[in-house]
Amino acid sequence: MTAKVTVEDVGRVAELAQLELGPDEAARMLHDLNAILDYVAQLNELDTAGVAPLAQVSELPGYGGSGVLRADLAEPSTDRAAVMSQAPETDQVFFKVPKVIER
Amino acid sequence: MSSETKPTQTYVEKPKSLVELRAGITSGAVKAADLAAGYYDRIAAVNPHLNVYLSLTKERAMEQAAHVDAAAAKGDPLGPLAGIPVGIKDVLVMKDAPSTAGSKILEGYRPPYDATSVARLEAAGAVLLGKVNCDEFAMGSSNENSAYGAVRNPVDTERVPGGSSGGSAAAVAANLAVATLGTDTGGSIRQPASFCGVVGVLPTYGRVSRYGLIAFASSLDRVGPFAANVRDAATLLGIVAGHDPKDATSSPAPVPDYAAESDKPVEGLRIGIPAEYFGEGLDPEVRAAVERGIEDLKSAGCSVKPVSLPHTRYAIPTYYLVATAEASANLARFDGVRYGYRSPASESLAAMYRHSRDEAFGAEVKRRILLGTYALSAGYYDAYYLKAQQVRRLLAEEFLRAFADVDAIVTPTAPMPAFKLDEKTGDPLAMYLADIYTVTASLAGICGVNVPCGTTAAGLPVGMQVLAAHLNEGTAFRVARAVEAAQG
Repeated sequence: MTAKVTVEDVGRVAELAQLELGPDEAARMLHDLNAILDYVAQLNELDTAGVAPLAQVSELPGYGGSGVLRADLAEPSTDRAAVMSQAPETDQVFFKVPKVIER
Repeated sequence: MSSETKPTQTYVEKPKSLVELRAGITSGAVKAADLAAGYYDRIAAVNPHLNVYLSLTKERAMEQAAHVDAAAAKGDPLGPLAGIPVGIKDVLVMKDAPSTAGSKILEGYRPPYDATSVARLEAAGAVLLGKVNCDEFAMGSSNENSAYGAVRNPVDTERVPGGSSGGSAAAVAANLAVATLGTDTGGSIRQPASFCGVVGVLPTYGRVSRYGLIAFASSLDRVGPFAANVRDAATLLGIVAGHDPKDATSSPAPVPDYAAESDKPVEGLRIGIPAEYFGEGLDPEVRAAVERGIEDLKSAGCSVKPVSLPHTRYAIPTYYLVATAEASANLARFDGVRYGYRSPASESLAAMYRHSRDEAFGAEVKRRILLGTYALSAGYYDAYYLKAQQVRRLLAEEFLRAFADVDAIVTPTAPMPAFKLDEKTGDPLAMYLADIYTVTASLAGICGVNVPCGTTAAGLPVGMQVLAAHLNEGTAFRVARAVEAAQG
């Protein structure tokens, strides 16, 4: 957990996250990520062997019941025209995006 | 008075209580339409100095006010919030109204539906004045990460209102709304309430529906009210709380009458004081005010005993791993396809995604997406994300053990009073530490209330955080009422 992030790591993570960083921005993020990861490394002081990870507090004893799923019934959903009105580009039925595959 | 010294500009004004306002509206002495118009006048005068409101929903508000006035004139039964002007944090959607989440990426977005919490307020008679400013996607502790400019603290305009619900807190402090809704992921209701001197409620995880909340970190996000006094905040929570079929994480537990709960005396309640929240880094004036509040609770008949929460120091690193990991997943939806900003003239789909996100996300949002993506990426998942989830369980179980012995736990809400604008913007870690006393309850899923408990010598508000076990909001309100009552 003490691995130093490199500028290549920042580039790789940015690509995974679909972010594009300019050189100045990448340098700043490199500095900040290393500072934050140095700080969170203190979690290594704790022995967590055998501790089950907690993803949702509803798993805790005494929480008072987890969420309830509604019946699996078809219901009308939001009107298509209302949704499409917010799209940057649409033919009113589909969302339009730039070319995906070059032929 | 010939002094040339610059006066400290303050916009503080206390809203009237719900009980008083509602009595006026019920009797017809106050018209909901006049009340709303008066609030819009005050917003027009004050908002340019504070930058609280990002957009106003005047047409919808005046229509609702007219309904309330017509019902009152006919003697029809009125909802518990009939005619009460409220503001909504801009991460909660309102049908056809701007809902930016403080981000450029949602500029111009008009959602086709209402958030459940917003719809419940309106169904209770509330008049929705507009949308209030916040840090971008609720990521921040000072409201300086809003793409639409920082909010200024009504107590001292050179200072931040706290964040991320800075607009929600400032609106109540400056009487630009009687009450507001905010959201809290790591302290974003309690900390700004503390900085602005108002009451802010962190409900138990699952207590209030998140349907219509633009998600930041789904295992942590909560919706809760701000108000000028504890009883009003309790009334508001009672209206927005409760199961919602549209939110699978919402709790089916019945909703108590929180206002009535808050009226109960505190005599005999056991209050826990964790030494870990009173150590190094705590501002001495904040400590003194909170300690006076604890003395007030003793005078009101509470017993006070120490409790031990030794994992507290690990809460910030745990929180910033869990929250950023979840954020990196939640914010993947902003890709320029279905809504919001799309970068013009990209030659491929992949380039369109990257350019849209690059151009429209702010620095803190990018930082958190990168950190979260890193913590979830192959080779690092176990060391960071899994480790943080394990520590999260230790933190939560520690609270459950403490609540076996005490009814409530009392701490400072923030280690310092409101800091100056730009004081911490260059150092993300220093900013994160403003949440050091609030992230623990976020991780554990328990509830809490910020109640003002005094001021510093310079007049800055200090807040006390009252924490209670899961679904035990009533106890937190009772304790907060006692602290509030002692303020006189």
